[in-house]
Amino acid sequence: MATTYLEAGSIQEASRPDAARFSLLVRITHWLNTISFVALVVSGFGILLAHPRFYWGETGGLGTPSILDLPLPFMLGGPSGWGRYMHFQAAWLCVLTGLLYAISGLVSQHFRTNLLPAKGQLSVSSLKSDLWNHLRFKKPAAEEAYSYNILQRLSYLAVVFILFPLMIWTGMAMSPAVTSVFPFFVRSSGGYETARTIHFFAANLLVLFVLIHVAMVCLAGFVQRTGAMITGRVSGGRVRP
Amino acid sequence: MSAHVSRRKLITTGLTAGAGVTGLGVAAKIADHYGLIPPDWGGIWGPGETLTYATQRLLMASGSLAREFNRSEVSKVVPVSGPQPKTDPYQRLRAGGFADWRLTTDGLVARPSAFSLAEIKRMPAKTQITHQACEEGWSFIAEWTGVPLSYVMNLVGVSPKAKFVVFWPFDESWDSLDLPDAYHAQTFLAYNLNGQDLPADHGAPLRVRVARQLGYKSVKYLHRLTFVDSLKNVVDGRGSAAPAAGYSWYAGI
Repeated sequence: MATTYLEAGSIQEASRPDAARFSLLVRITHWLNTISFVALVVSGFGILLAHPRFYWGETGGLGTPSILDLPLPFMLGGPSGWGRYMHFQAAWLCVLTGLLYAISGLVSQHFRTNLLPAKGQLSVSSLKSDLWNHLRFKKPAAEEAYSYNILQRLSYLAVVFILFPLMIWTGMAMSPAVTSVFPFFVRSSGGYETARTIHFFAANLLVLFVLIHVAMVCLAGFVQRTGAMITGRVSGGRVRP
Repeated sequence: MSAHVSRRKLITTGLTAGAGVTGLGVAAKIADHYGLIPPDWGGIWGPGETLTYATQRLLMASGSLAREFNRSEVSKVVPVSGPQPKTDPYQRLRAGGFADWRLTTDGLVARPSAFSLAEIKRMPAKTQITHQACEEGWSFIAEWTGVPLSYVMNLVGVSPKAKFVVFWPFDESWDSLDLPDAYHAQTFLAYNLNGQDLPADHGAPLRVRVARQLGYKSVKYLHRLTFVDSLKNVVDGRGSAAPAAGYSWYAGI
């Protein structure tokens, strides 16, 4: 069995069915991030409607070649206006809670203990069986509520350490004020329009992650798993083996 | 986690929150003094907008410069955003080759003035090739020539009390800049685009260029500059026509 929080605690605590699964900080940042992520997606879509077309390089606009034309109407005003106010307010919430989560995760060793693949998890047979279980939507065993499987670990690591930083990086690259101080954001992104395009595709990957994440939560038992992320305890009367 | 610990945590959190609110009040006073509060700070989006503006103002305090480009990177297409004013006096002035057009300066200035286009073109010119992104997402690189706004400001003697310059155009898109941006080396009044007189659709005879903000801050069809110490009594008090349409006053993004 993979390492969990519980093995560090007393045996008595570990065997209690309602032992703590998620720390208070993980729970708070999870739900603040949920709020900010929903706001970012809604407002991001609103902003996108102002010009649902993507380019590569520094510049692009009507009359120049695009790399992707979304089948959406061009809508000025409305969502692209309040969408912007909302996007940056939500981005602040997202970045500040993200920083809090990342720093505490490093300090408390949460990432190392619970997110870095545990011993044996990276073996081909282990990866294969986890992938197969996911693909056929096998309901996870009760004890899996206490630890993360390898696919969870890898996808969470990718979201926390690759996709979110990429979103922030390309977001900064689109700010003429920020790039006047830190031009490397836009230079390393390959230009303003490339940054905008990467921002869009990375956002799609994050939405895909959330859809799969929520689907897996539903499969594992929506009430029990969501309850655990609110109260910190795995309920449902299941005793950890 | 025992009940005892969580109660102590609760009290600590309460005290921190209380101190936070008091601290916020003091911080707001200090922030306003240093020009870190945007005019559209109110409403539900105020906190995010204020955080963005204050952070960027502090980051850019040294007068950072927007990227400049080579002539070979100039875009072939310069998209037009919004039509030229179809009514008089704009069309009458345009028909007369803008000979009767004047740029008037008023408000907190020692020498209220009115400059003709020829006078402005005789001032020390500045040319720069910069990237301009529209808030919609499209962008282009163009070469602009004009006079630095700081030159005009020194000419008319802007009072140390002034905190904002208000741009009055012939269309409805009035706007304003704080003085750090107004004095910025890349902020200027442009009358030439890519080597030609500014076309009517791009804001003839004179438009603002603000390199470190989105396109809508670069007001077209300019005819008057007003220097004020507060934007509270200017139109709706939000510093720009943009917030009424849902867009923020500050567009450094």
